[in-house]
Amino acid sequence: MKRYVIIGNGVAAAGCIEGIRSADAEGSITVISAENHPVYCRPLISYYLEKKTDLQRMNYRTESFYADHGVTVLYGKTAEQIDAEARQITLNTGESLPYDALCCCTGSSPFVPPMTGLDTVEKKFSFITIDDTLALEQAVTPDSRVLIIGAGLIGLKCAEGLHGRVQSITVCDLAPRVLSSILDDKCAAMMQKHLEANGISFVLGTSAKEFKGNSAVMQNGETVDFDVLVLAVGVRANTALVKNAGGEAGRGITVDVACRTSLPDVYAAGDCTEYHDISSDSVKVMALMPNAYMQGHTAGVNMAGGEAVFSNAIPMNSIGFFGLHCHTAGSQPEGCEMIEEADDTHIRRLFVKDDRLTGFMLIGHMHRTGIYTALIRNQTPLSSVDFARLRIGPQLAAMGAAYRDKVLKGAV
Amino acid sequence: MKRIYVKEEWCLGCHLCEYNCAFANSGMTDMVKALRGKTIYPRIQVEQDENGVTYAVSCRHCKDPVCVKSCIAGALSKKDGVIEIDHDKCVGCQTCVLVCPYGAVVEDGSGAAQKCELCLKNSCGAPACVKGCPNGAIVYEERGEAE
Ligand SMILES: Cc1cc2nc3c(=O)[nH]c(=O)nc-3n(C[C@H](O)[C@H](O)[C@H](O)COP(=O)(O)OP(=O)(O)OC[C@H]3O[C@@H](n4cnc5c(N)ncnc54)[C@H](O)[C@@H]3O)c2cc1C
Ligand code: SF4
Ligand code: SF4
Repeated sequence: MKRYVIIGNGVAAAGCIEGIRSADAEGSITVISAENHPVYCRPLISYYLEKKTDLQRMNYRTESFYADHGVTVLYGKTAEQIDAEARQITLNTGESLPYDALCCCTGSSPFVPPMTGLDTVEKKFSFITIDDTLALEQAVTPDSRVLIIGAGLIGLKCAEGLHGRVQSITVCDLAPRVLSSILDDKCAAMMQKHLEANGISFVLGTSAKEFKGNSAVMQNGETVDFDVLVLAVGVRANTALVKNAGGEAGRGITVDVACRTSLPDVYAAGDCTEYHDISSDSVKVMALMPNAYMQGHTAGVNMAGGEAVFSNAIPMNSIGFFGLHCHTAGSQPEGCEMIEEADDTHIRRLFVKDDRLTGFMLIGHMHRTGIYTALIRNQTPLSSVDFARLRIGPQLAAMGAAYRDKVLKGAV
Repeated sequence: MKRIYVKEEWCLGCHLCEYNCAFANSGMTDMVKALRGKTIYPRIQVEQDENGVTYAVSCRHCKDPVCVKSCIAGALSKKDGVIEIDHDKCVGCQTCVLVCPYGAVVEDGSGAAQKCELCLKNSCGAPACVKGCPNGAIVYEERGEAE
């Protein structure tokens, strides 16, 4: 009987469990979970603050998930070390656990750059876990002025979540635009305008230089007073366990399409990894929930002796604020052509290079965008489809009768 | 398992399936009351290609469903081959819309996502689009593919 060990208990770990069990009903599975919660939907923490979900519904799987899959979870414990030669890990409690196959699903940790006087701020929070969220919820009152450092996905989702529960929300970022890692200037401006129309204030192109109790001095000299501070500057992949064991890692743990690390029988999946983005032909950290699941599942199947690859990874985001949605996928490689259609309520930017759709940015109209995503993922030659039609909107009609026969007249 | 398949040579492009879908999932008993003057959000979409050929597209109930793997709320699942969506868990993030290769997940008009569930959860018990198609251009049958 094979012994499987999974470090971390997020969605990558859930994918890994389901992947293992699709190929091996017998082996033992042990999960080391630093957080004292069964696997939950991390992205829903802002929806929790908005009261659009609750702790019960945030569970990723049913109550009997671990029992149904024959999994032992060690809650509140952390893995401290991997001994790849002896094939065992050591926990913070001193226990050691042997494995035949190991998957590192350790996710990422909030990154807080050194900022003078941060220790003088009494109420400061990260926004990554349920525990962060419950603590933040406790700290805010209807009179709170909230300052969020970071206008990326996490910072803005936090702003949306707190909206209506506090007096004011200011978001600052060193970047000159919101969502700078996924949107270009024009798309970011449209999102920012919408956020501002919903009462969120921005201080962009500058960041906090110094904190003095309840006030932040910006690099541009401005002062922002606040009651509650949220640090959402960014996250860093948790690579240390694999790196210290001699495994390869860059900004994330290096994994191949089978989710193998450079260490024997050690796999890794999710936010802790870096891997190949086919849309830009480069290696990246793509910290996204769908990818975390797919990597975890792939790793699990391979750990159990099956054969699986996740070989069409791309960055992609579906994100919305106050009813305005935005879909982005793929990348905009050097020299790509941009095809744009836009008005006051929506923007559609398609990026094309070498007869392929490499990426898109859409705001406002989201109908059936997965048809575009599939073009990127499948690297479909645009000369083989009716691209003029696709420019009007995503539709299978552009894909040709043979494709339609395959997907509408047979099982896929 | 039984799935929905199209016979595009029989499709009239009348869009009746879209209305039957919206009605079947409205929870109402009177079609006029359910649909009159309302924007409908059908889970089946009639398309037309450059040769004028029309056909209806709905969820393929994929063997390896990328929507289920991608849902950020754990709201999509596969039960006996049927891809279901749990309306209570869905937060309307539209990640499923972004990943479904066939454009089969759509918004429901109230901020959540919806998709064809083969009318197994509503009072029809079998796909209303199939039953209501005047020309037999949509069928619900077993085609013997290995799952
Ligand atoms: C507010 C917010 C909103 C988001 N929104 C979206 C979204 O809309 N769409 C999207 O695609 N993605 C979104 N994400 C990102 C998404 O949540 C992650 O990509 C996903 O959760 C990654 O899953 P994971 O299993 O790799 O890592 P995690 O969910 O981070 O899980 C890793 C777990 O491992 C534990 N751990 C770490 N080290 C150890 C150790 N040594 N021993 C034991 N346990 C350990 C950690 O405590 C953690 O619980 C969002 C993230 C946040 C914070
Ligand atoms: S919604 Fe799309 S991806 Fe999901 S099962 Fe249906 S066709 Fe497949
Ligand atoms: S819209 Fe709903 S079903 Fe679709 S991915 Fe988001 S939470 Fe899941």
